Amino acid sequence: MTECQSLIRELADKYGRERASLLPILQGVVERDNFLSDTCMTDIAKELDISAAQVYGTATFYSFLETQPRGEYVIRVCKTITCDMHGKKQIVQTLEDMLKIKVGETTPNKKFTLLETNCLGWCHEGPAMLINEKPYSGLTPEKVHDIISEYINK
Amino acid sequence: MSEQTLKRVDLIFGEYSSEKYKVLANTLHRSNEEILKDLLESGLRGRGGAGFPTAMKWKFTAETPGDEKYVICNADEGEPGTFKDREILSRVPRKVFSGMAICGKVIGARKGYMYLRGEYRFMLPELQKELDIYHEHAKNLGLNFPIEIRMGSGAYICGEESALFESMEGGRGEPRNKPPYPTTSGFMKKPTVINNVETFVNVLMIMRLGPEQYKKLGTTDSRGSKVFSVSGDTPIPGIYELELGMSLDRFVDEFGDGDTKAVQVGGASGFCVPRKKFKDTIIGFEGVPTGGSMMIFNSSRSMYNVLHNYLEFFEEESCGQCTPCRVGCQQLRKGIEAVKKGEKKALYLDQLMKLSESMKLTAKCGLGQSVANSFSSIVNNFKEEMIY
Repeated sequence: MTECQSLIRELADKYGRERASLLPILQGVVERDNFLSDTCMTDIAKELDISAAQVYGTATFYSFLETQPRGEYVIRVCKTITCDMHGKKQIVQTLEDMLKIKVGETTPNKKFTLLETNCLGWCHEGPAMLINEKPYSGLTPEKVHDIISEYINK
Repeated sequence: MSEQTLKRVDLIFGEYSSEKYKVLANTLHRSNEEILKDLLESGLRGRGGAGFPTAMKWKFTAETPGDEKYVICNADEGEPGTFKDREILSRVPRKVFSGMAICGKVIGARKGYMYLRGEYRFMLPELQKELDIYHEHAKNLGLNFPIEIRMGSGAYICGEESALFESMEGGRGEPRNKPPYPTTSGFMKKPTVINNVETFVNVLMIMRLGPEQYKKLGTTDSRGSKVFSVSGDTPIPGIYELELGMSLDRFVDEFGDGDTKAVQVGGASGFCVPRKKFKDTIIGFEGVPTGGSMMIFNSSRSMYNVLHNYLEFFEEESCGQCTPCRVGCQQLRKGIEAVKKGEKKALYLDQLMKLSESMKLTAKCGLGQSVANSFSSIVNNFKEEMIY
């Protein structure tokens, strides 16, 4: 059994093998691997006894269920209006300069992926971003510099 | 100053009982008819934005025959400018669970779910701890109403109730046709009550205060208080619980930076109100309703940029299932870009306006239908900014 198959089995034991268990299982895989590979989605389909197309259909609908390889840390910068008004562009610029990648790309060492996302719900403290699940708000280029330096050294 | 200050309310976040779960325990001993009567009396309407009378929703679901029913708390707070549910869930989560349990009793449901947006995944450990404490108390009260938290995965549309059911059932978050409504066919096609986080807390407060006292807050059409999420060009952004039914100019007096040009009430799917209409605009169901989002723009902001940002948002978040919304959002965005660049004449805006009206009539769900709200209110009130 591959590593992915054993994880899927573990998740299915925990959440069940009904169709309604699909989302928690997909989320569980993404939490560990940062993305869903084709093989993994096929394995999930087998485990739940549904077609791979159904798994793929569900997975590709959600912006947090990635179907292509992502870095260990996925950075999602909020681009909705109030964050945009309060300096989101400088935040993205700082991140691009520090990581030497553009939005949508992953660093060569597979450590960081930089993305933009819709409203994160920190409008009163914008600009804001998520690094994996952890939110950071009230960002300034200096603050971003400190946060990312910490992650680089992790 | 004192006369100008809007009345602050402390219903939702306030301490409500020295004895924990006392209100829940007392309510569980009352008859369902009595509870529904109090809710109806209170005039409570859903706090997610649409404002459907809560008592009616519960009554319809209670009257639908069936052994298997569900209570769902919609915590998929995704409307731009809204962040009050996160605050409620981090400060008074047990009030939410208690409100759900009362609903379970009234409609005859044995299980409750909370659908929490993926962006709030960081809250899960703390929330789960609170939920375990609730389960412990429920056991002591002899109440068998387990609640489970399900996570979303970054899709605005899943805040639409039928899309949320689809998502919980393991599918793409694509809204269903209505009818049937959730009251007869919701999660797993079973009768379901789905309410916003804040609505459940209001229920608990009505059970504690009684409808008479609760009704003292707000206006005839908009009873009670509302938790507002204030952001944008304001010196004091944040969460405020205020009485419903205030006029927008009083709101701006308190929260604006002295240079307020417009306020977006109800998020990207809501309405943009220009300065000249502040005086005549009431925040509430008799005027402009809001799920809590209040975004303030001052005169340094380009309303073209604001609208463009909303349209990009809708274009990305549209589920793509129905043509009016999938194609409409994209064409509206391309349309205003073309007018701005001078590739299309200013009159083209009228055509785009008609397109947004068609979307309102023909889109399958609230997302596509409400794009016209912000589109027409911004284009009509700030036409010159769209063109020059």
